[in-house]
Amino acid sequence: MRDCVISEIVKYARKDKRIMLLTGDLGYNVTEIFAEQYPDRYINCGIAEENMISVAAGLAMEGNKVFVYSLGNFPTLRCMEQLRNDVCYHQADVKIISVGGGFSYGSLGMSHHATEDIGAMRILPYMQVYTPADPVEAESVLNEAYEYQGPGYIRLARGRDPYLHKEQLYKSIGLLQPFETNETERFDAVIITAGTILEEGIKAVKLLRETNLKVGLFSCPRIKPMDIDGIREIALKTRVIITVEEHNVIGGLGGAIAEVLSSLPEHAVLLRTGLEDSYTEVVGSGDFLRRYYGIDSEHIAWRIQEYFQFMGKKEL
Amino acid sequence: MENMGKITERADMQSVELARRIRLHALDMVNHAHASHIGGILSAADIIAVLYAEILNVFPDNPHAPDRDRFIMSKGHCGVAVYAALAERGFFPVETLKTYGDDGGNFSCHISHKRVPGVEISTGSLGHGVCVACGMALDAKMKGRGNKVYSVIGDGECNEGTVWEMAMLSSQYALNNFVLIIDRNSMQATGFCNKVMNMEPLGEKWRAFGWHVTEAADGNDHEQLRKAFKEDSLGKPKVIIANTIKGKGVSFMENELLWHYRDPQGELYQQAKNELMEADL
Repeated sequence: MRDCVISEIVKYARKDKRIMLLTGDLGYNVTEIFAEQYPDRYINCGIAEENMISVAAGLAMEGNKVFVYSLGNFPTLRCMEQLRNDVCYHQADVKIISVGGGFSYGSLGMSHHATEDIGAMRILPYMQVYTPADPVEAESVLNEAYEYQGPGYIRLARGRDPYLHKEQLYKSIGLLQPFETNETERFDAVIITAGTILEEGIKAVKLLRETNLKVGLFSCPRIKPMDIDGIREIALKTRVIITVEEHNVIGGLGGAIAEVLSSLPEHAVLLRTGLEDSYTEVVGSGDFLRRYYGIDSEHIAWRIQEYFQFMGKKEL
Repeated sequence: MENMGKITERADMQSVELARRIRLHALDMVNHAHASHIGGILSAADIIAVLYAEILNVFPDNPHAPDRDRFIMSKGHCGVAVYAALAERGFFPVETLKTYGDDGGNFSCHISHKRVPGVEISTGSLGHGVCVACGMALDAKMKGRGNKVYSVIGDGECNEGTVWEMAMLSSQYALNNFVLIIDRNSMQATGFCNKVMNMEPLGEKWRAFGWHVTEAADGNDHEQLRKAFKEDSLGKPKVIIANTIKGKGVSFMENELLWHYRDPQGELYQQAKNELMEADL
């Protein structure tokens, strides 16, 4: 997704002189394509993210549209107060493009796993939070983020992530994206995912085909503002909603959906899967970590089956 | 304010008179709001006065004019000095200063830009304002605009790591349109700077980071400040180390840490007021 996003930024930069790209000395073989074409709109701020975020705010206050490229926790958790006081309070047009969301840099270890970032960014007023699942979603996310005059956080995975959507999205990027799912139907369970872990959702749906459970699948490319109407609709059409994210179960996608459900008089049961208020403490690839922490396709399918075994399958 | 005390006839009367008014307003405002930080406000008052009387190219009728100089108060807890200077320069009525810290008012005790014309950004957490200012200076330099960016920071504030991150970037981009003034009153929240976190030799540190360093031996002296502002920075970002006195102008507040916190009331308020009215600073 990273490569797709950078080429989108270059595309926008061609027609919009306000666009600037900042990096905290990351993006070898990534940001050059921008830096070479627009050297006077590219700033390498060095390995100094906190200053970079405040500088981005200053540039945005002067009328620039500033994209900041960095990794996981560095432009987010590390810079929490710069984002709060300098960017968000001033509603500065700064977009954080962050690679390494979740476990995507698997064996690099917990320092390089962003697993509290969605929660941290979501709590900041004015901040929009995006978690595209594949390059198709990423392109639409970039388009919306470009149009929005204010702070945004775009959580990506790696350089080249597989295309999951086979065709262009037919719904606005701010809405839940049904994946091979007919939204008008009723379900036993609906899986909602944030980011590239949509691929585990796709596999889980396949695994559950052999059961008598009717399962829907949605990707959530924009966590804030949340598609509240979409969630409400789903909450009345299914027995169970299961959220899947490479993130703490607190504060991320699952937390955001819980907040919507809590104001409804009747709604589906919500099962949140992700890191159970813990860090990644074992070594392994992204795939291994998904299995280890119980958010791969088999665990998702198992959690859904387990619920119905325990509660019994009743019609809605 | 009806009575501003004795008017001094001097060549630099404008800035000296502005400094006196900033101090008198500050005393009233802090007294009214029972607010802290009068010590640092009084140390910075002369820097702010020289800036707003002579240095800054700003336009009270058009606070957002693109070619204005930008001024960022990075030591936001002393925003009172800036509010007072802006009012005296005509950005908004002097009368409104009386609402400092009031419920529903415009003037928060750490400087706010939201409803105060002329304030560029809100600060309060240290080591933020200078970094935003650096971004503004970068923009002006990259776009070839002629304006300058000025920022006042505290010497205690130099403890913040972001200040040095900013120092590196400003030097890397040779921001010769960027001027920092360190209000070096030698005291920070819990004591003398050299006891809490010794930053000396401060000038050498900035020089090592690639800045042009100039010093005002007496940072409350307008002529010395004026000279420092005029000095050519030889293509580098410039830092003026202004050696000020915390609580300057009120005898019992000078170099007394207590007045980082306490607000003058009753007899002490009256005594401070008398001293400031009569002073020939």
